[in-house]
Order: sequence, then C-alpha cells, then structure tokens
Amino acid sequence: MGDIKTKASYDELYSDSQHYHVNTGAETIHAKRIPGFFRNIKWFTMSLWSLFFLSPYLQWNHHQAILFDIPARKFYLFGATIWPQDVWMLSLVLILLAMTLFGVTAVAGRVFCGYFCFQTVWTDVFTWIEDKVEGNAMQRRKLDRAAWSVEKLQKKVIKHSAWLLIAVLTGVTFTAYFTEASQLWYDVFHLSAPLIAWIVIGMFIAGTYVFAGFMREQVCFWLCPYARIQSVMIDKDTIIPTYDLERGEPRGKVSGASVNATTGDCIDCKMCVGVCPTGVDIREGLSEGCITCGMCIDACDSIMVKVNKPIGLIRYASQKQMEGIVLPPLWKRPRVLVYSLIFLLALSGIVYGLSHISPVELTVVHERQPLFTRMSDGSIQNKYTIKAVNKMEQDLPMTLRIVVDDPAKVMLVEHDGKVVLKAEKLVPFAVFLRGAHDGTRLENQPVTFVLEGLGEYEGLVIRYDSVFVSPK
Amino acid sequence: MSAQNRKPVKVEDTGHEWDGIRELTNPPPRWWMITLHASWIWCVIYFLLYPSIPLLHSSNEGLLGWTQIKEFKEAVAENDAVKAPYMEKLKAMDASAIEADPELRNFAESAAKAVYGDNCAACHGTGGEGAQGLFPTLADDDWLYGGDLDTITESITEGRMGNMPAHIDAVDDATIQTLADFVLALPEGNATDAGWAAFNDVGCTGCHGDNAQGGALNGDNYAGSVNLTDRIWRFGGSRDDVLRTIRYGVNQEGVEQTRSAIMPVFGEKLSPEQIKILAIKIHAMGGGQ
Repeated sequence: MGDIKTKASYDELYSDSQHYHVNTGAETIHAKRIPGFFRNIKWFTMSLWSLFFLSPYLQWNHHQAILFDIPARKFYLFGATIWPQDVWMLSLVLILLAMTLFGVTAVAGRVFCGYFCFQTVWTDVFTWIEDKVEGNAMQRRKLDRAAWSVEKLQKKVIKHSAWLLIAVLTGVTFTAYFTEASQLWYDVFHLSAPLIAWIVIGMFIAGTYVFAGFMREQVCFWLCPYARIQSVMIDKDTIIPTYDLERGEPRGKVSGASVNATTGDCIDCKMCVGVCPTGVDIREGLSEGCITCGMCIDACDSIMVKVNKPIGLIRYASQKQMEGIVLPPLWKRPRVLVYSLIFLLALSGIVYGLSHISPVELTVVHERQPLFTRMSDGSIQNKYTIKAVNKMEQDLPMTLRIVVDDPAKVMLVEHDGKVVLKAEKLVPFAVFLRGAHDGTRLENQPVTFVLEGLGEYEGLVIRYDSVFVSPK
Repeated sequence: MSAQNRKPVKVEDTGHEWDGIRELTNPPPRWWMITLHASWIWCVIYFLLYPSIPLLHSSNEGLLGWTQIKEFKEAVAENDAVKAPYMEKLKAMDASAIEADPELRNFAESAAKAVYGDNCAACHGTGGEGAQGLFPTLADDDWLYGGDLDTITESITEGRMGNMPAHIDAVDDATIQTLADFVLALPEGNATDAGWAAFNDVGCTGCHGDNAQGGALNGDNYAGSVNLTDRIWRFGGSRDDVLRTIRYGVNQEGVEQTRSAIMPVFGEKLSPEQIKILAIKIHAMGGGQ
C-alpha cells in the first residue's frame, strides 16, 4: 500500500516484453536456403502437389477422371458418379480430413504446415525463384535497399513474371477441376472462356500472387486459424522442433579454436533464425509462427558439425523427451486413439457410401388433391407420381410392381409393369392403384412400390414405401 | 510495431490546445485512406455505368445501358429458348402422339399446370377433384360427353351446357318419389319393376337410354345425360338431392331451384396449344379413356 513505485519497478513490468517481437510484416523476411535432411523431405512432400497440376488431364470412361460439374450437379470421381443425393458423404470427407489434421498435430505438431500446406509450399517455390533471380538472402536485402537501376528493374520484372506465370497456372488448374480441362485451355488462349471461369481464375491468380509473393508468413500468423488452435491440439508428448535449453545455454561466441568451457553448445550464430521462413527464433520456445518445417534443425546441425559438437542441439522432440522421459507408444495415447477411431468411422462411412451408391433414386409421391377418387363402379382410386432418377449413362429397363397385404383388394391399374428409365434423367410418370369394390370398407393401408432391373440389371431392386388412402 | 508503441513518440500538433489537451496531426491509417479513396472512385464509376440521374419520366441510361426490365426480358427470352424445341413439337404433334412420348407428355403436363390453375382449378379443383354436387370430378372415369382426348378438347373449346327438364309440374309427386327410389336402387342392382315402369312412362329413356346408362355408353344421341347405373352422383347421392334434381331439372330457365351445370367456352380465351396441353393433363388425371 504504502509502497512508492520506483522507476526500477516500472521497468520490471516491461522487462519481459522487450523480448516480445511481433511480426506484422513491416520487414520482409529473407530466409537463407540451405540443403539438409529436412529440406530434402520438404522437396519430396512438395512434389506431391504436382498431382494437383496433372490430375485434371486424366481421363476415365470418356470423361475427365475428376470433374466437379456444378451446372449439371454431378461429381465424377474416376468410376463413381456422385449426384447431389449422395453429398452426405462430403461431410464424412470433411470429418476425415479434420481428424487427419488433429491426429497428425497430436503426434507431430504442425507438420502439415511445414511440409504440405499450399500456403507454405507456394511461398517456398516463390522464394526459391526469388533466390535464383535476385541472389541469396543477403543479396536480396541489399537489392531491396538499393536505388532503382536497370539491373534491379530487370531482376524484379523477371521475378514477378515467373510468379505470375505460376499464379496463372494455379488458377487455370483449379478451374479445370470444374470444367473440361482441354476446352478450358483452348478458351483461355482464345479469350473466350465463360465469365465465371475468368472470375475464378482471376481470384486464384490474385490470391496466389499476393499470398505467396507478398503476405507469406503473415497468412500463417494472422489469417490461418490452425496456428491459433495448435496449443489445444498438442500435448507434452507431441514432437516439435525444440531447442535443447540445457545443452545450449548459456550461449557464447566461439573464438578461434578454443571453446569456452563455461558456455553451452549454442554458439549464438543465429543461423536457425536466418533460415526460418517465418522469422521465428526457435530458442525462445514454441511460437505461433513455427510451422515445424525443420529448416532450423538442418541449419543448426550443419553448424554443430563445423564446430565439432554432436548434432541435435535443435531436434524434433517432445516436451517430456526433453525432460528425459521416454515417448509412450502411439496406442497408449488417448488423444491419438480417439482421433484414429473417429477417422476410421468416417472412412468406413465413405467406403460404405461409395460402394452402395444406388444407380436409381426412387421417390413415389402420393397425389394429395384429391387423396382418392371414387370411380363409377364405386371402387377407390389413388394416383401416385413415380419419380425415378436413373444415374447411369445407359437406359435402364425395369419392372414395376406393388406389395400389399391383400393383393385382391388393392391393385395396379392400366399399367403393364414395364418401365424404361432414361439415362441420366428423371422423367416422372403417374400410376394408379385401385381398391377393389366388394362392399367392405377399405382402410388406409401400406403399399410398397418395387422397381426391379431387367436383363443385365437383374438383381437391382429399389423399394419405396407409400400408403393407399380410402374414405373413412 | 506494437513493440514501439509503448514509448510516447513526439507528434506534431496543430497548435490548438484545450485545457492541456493538444490536437495532434496524426494522419488516419493508410488502409483507411485507401478505402476512403477507393470508395469515392467506385461511386463515380458506378454513377457513370448505371442509371443514376432521375429525369422526368425515367432516368438516364448509364454507359452500360443496363436496366432491370432489360435484364428481366433477357432472362425470359433465355427461358423461352430452352422451351422452344418442346413448344415446337407440342404445336406440330397431335395430342395422342404427345401422350405417347413420356418426356413430351411430362413437359405438356407441367406446362399445363399454370393454364389449368388459372382457368380450371377454381371449379374442378387443383387435382381435378371437382366439388361434390356442384362441379364434376375430372379425375374419375365417369364422363358425360366422353373421356377421350378429342372429346375433352371439344368440351374445353366449345363449352358444355347440361339440360334436364323440370318434372315438378308435369309429374305427380308419388311418381317422383318412385323415380327417386328407383334411381338410388339402380347402382345397387336392386331396382324394382315398378321403378322401371315409371322410368319408361315419364320418358326418362329419351335421354338416359333404355338401360339408364346415359350418354357416355349410349352414343352421341344421349351425350350429356348421366349414367344412372354407376355410383357417381353428379348433383349428390342423397334422396333429397335426387328428388330436387328430378323436380327442378338442370339449367331450366325460370325454375328457381334448378341445378346449374354450365361449362364456359374457352375456345376464344385460350390458344389451341393451351387447350391441347390442358386436354392431355385432364386425360391423365385418372379416368381418361
């Protein structure tokens, strides 16, 4: 109460925040590129994205293997044609992807960010081009500061053209999943693509160019929600790039050949910071900016080799491992088990869905007005509209019959039971059921409509439950 | 940046000071200024491109020449273009040929929905269920004039007007009572000989035929007269309903309680194509012949 606040006590308040550096993109991060084990892994995982660029050109049974035909509301995935009725599987796909992400995060942190995320992958390709055109990190910083010259202009033009080329390729490729790919390229070159295609391509060009070229790690810091929820998805058993505090501290510079015995193994060369694509100092602990790409591990190991010290001062390790506790096996970690279980449930749902896609979707609509009609012989007639979608690419011959408790009382009239469902069409038709008039009162009764495949489609049986309505 | 904001920075002021509070010259953030300028530039562009100046009767055109009504008309034209090939076929083919083609029949029935709703549904109901005792059911198989496509077309085009004389003055009440019982017994199959005798004597056979089966089953001469042997009651099946019909007839001028049965003429109001698709729709309601 009576304490008189001194200047020193105020300074204490701020002492911690002196270290707190917030990266809001005021300064472009020019990361050094060095070879190494994790860099090789990153190249490999990045190369998987080539599938994204190649898949639109695969063909399957006279159509594009992967085609999301939105105007026709049909998704083609290799042999499977997915109609809007089957889209419930999409939610399972989303659950599956979420669980994969959660599970992987629980085991190994944000490796998705470091090795596979389109933001970091495209950024890495863009900075690779930058490195090739403008030189290494130091030369790039120098070039940025330098006054405009013909040489600078030349380099910048080449770099931005290359970036835009990739952006265009990305935009057209993405759009090619939604329309016929070769036709799209033809239309793009003849400037005759439909407006919506131009809008999508334009948005992707702008997005790729701005996000990978300029915003880079800012997207990870301030736009991506994944970075913000990582703290609830990882635990003390999650392996993440970690600086071995005990071995490294206190830091000290090496001088000549002698190594100071009083300092730790960290020689404070700042190489780990220099190679970090998001500008994080891993020695300060886990950061929201860390995409766990392992570039700092490559960098530190190369230095440790040079100063004749064991590698692994920075390494993939969990918090508990750092405390000397052995990592438990995966099947003894509840988080991993729960994520895996949900993953498997979703996966089996999708497999079931894909293997049970019915080629015919049947709906029978009972006429509501009138619910029934009294015919001249006193019998009761009900009208039903049969709506059967044939999702196949061939006409489908079928027979139509009904199942009722007493076939003598309710029967199909004026229909020979033969139906041909037109390929990829829904042509509704009406059928009439009549309750035989024998003086007794008919109760409402259940009716099942059954469509059965003929010829090569024998065995295909589709049912729909409805009701026959009578006056009370 | 926020790291630097901690320390107070010396900022230029405007020289205005109130009670020790200085008015600073901090500019608004750059993004805010960009948004402001982008907004007014957008306003100007929008003003030039679209109708924006109200004139006496309309407004100026705008550089794009866009108006809502133009857009609407284009959309209608687009819709018409999609329907055109089907409409051509509807025009060229006759009703029975259209009915034989499932896809075309489906189109015709859908196209007829609006016409039917506008012109027919008020009396005959949206599904042809009619109104008990007032307007005939179209979904059943009892037809006064015939239930084939041609006759239905004729009924719509030219209209129909039922005619049954009033018997209250010409026939004594006891006979009328006998006739009512006879008519009610016919569908049950237990009509009496006395009933048949009265039926013949009064002259009902002239319209309803010797077998009492009316127009649909006895040829054109009896067109419009109801089949008395079936279980469908044009004007209601209670004894009172039947008595009233016999006593006061149908469409009798000057008879107060007479039954009304008038189908208007639609040939002048609707095009032949509209009538064609209506006939197809009605024919498919459940009792077409």
